[in-house]
Amino acid sequence: MAKLTLEDLRKIREEKKKEMSRRTVKNAKAEITIGMGTCGIASGAKNTFEAIISELSDNGIYDVVVKQFGCLGCCNEEPLVKVKLSDSSAIVYGKVSAEVGRKIVTEHIMQGKIVNEFVLDNNSAANVLKGGE
Amino acid sequence: MHATICNFILDIAQNSIEADASNVEVAILQTDETITIVVTDDGKGMSEQKLQMALDPFYSEKGKHDLRRFGLGLPFLKQAAEATGGDLSIRSKIGYGTEIVARFLTSHFDAPPFGDLSGAAMILMNFLGNFELTLKRDYNAKSYSICKSCLIEALGDLCDAESLSLGKQFIDSLENELFS
Repeated sequence: MAKLTLEDLRKIREEKKKEMSRRTVKNAKAEITIGMGTCGIASGAKNTFEAIISELSDNGIYDVVVKQFGCLGCCNEEPLVKVKLSDSSAIVYGKVSAEVGRKIVTEHIMQGKIVNEFVLDNNSAANVLKGGE
Repeated sequence: MHATICNFILDIAQNSIEADASNVEVAILQTDETITIVVTDDGKGMSEQKLQMALDPFYSEKGKHDLRRFGLGLPFLKQAAEATGGDLSIRSKIGYGTEIVARFLTSHFDAPPFGDLSGAAMILMNFLGNFELTLKRDYNAKSYSICKSCLIEALGDLCDAESLSLGKQFIDSLENELFS
């Protein structure tokens, strides 16, 4: 890989902006928040984060905001991922491996279909939603 | 326990960001025998008593987490560094900031793999907050340095897949250059 400069980054960014203006992505206005406390990192949250970024990027979805939160006391459920589409309530997922993270992008973000088998129970989700605000 | 040295860096540098620092510097100084991580911040700092407590896994700063009473970040780092024959030192002063230095001997059987620096760095850059983050890298007299504000100026606010992917590619290219 040739060494990139900040000027190269600016040029690539401008090119991508032009490309993006020609695209429309269903349900792309969303926010994904990933737990990145000590417990999250130890459970693989870094891989989950990167898988989500990679899947978004591979599918040309650039208008989803990706953020992080720290430990919210649900360490046994890490890695945690909260998904909020602009037109619906937030959903909290637990034990989100890199593979599940990719599935959340392709199903929940792109098609609006909740990945039910990884949705966190109500009590744990309430803690995450309260702490992650 | 964290799987890689870069995961430790990610965890420890987050402490600095959460300590209300305006400036956080992560320096990774590497030779063929050692990897030394130096994380420096100008956050709120710790008293001598609190500093000792920070190394206790059954202590977590009051008010930081509502639902748990453990703090494993620094104890994990200390254990992992010492397991390789290395060490951990912390200097801190209330109102001035904190410096954490962890040294790993890379030839030791228990040395964790270095891991993915570009991924860890972009996760740190993505952390919310109005702070400057500088990553400094040094390997056998070669070095590079990047800062969060430079990346934001080139890529935007670092919270979408495109800017985070490009930032990662940028750091990967600097890493390749460092070891070429």
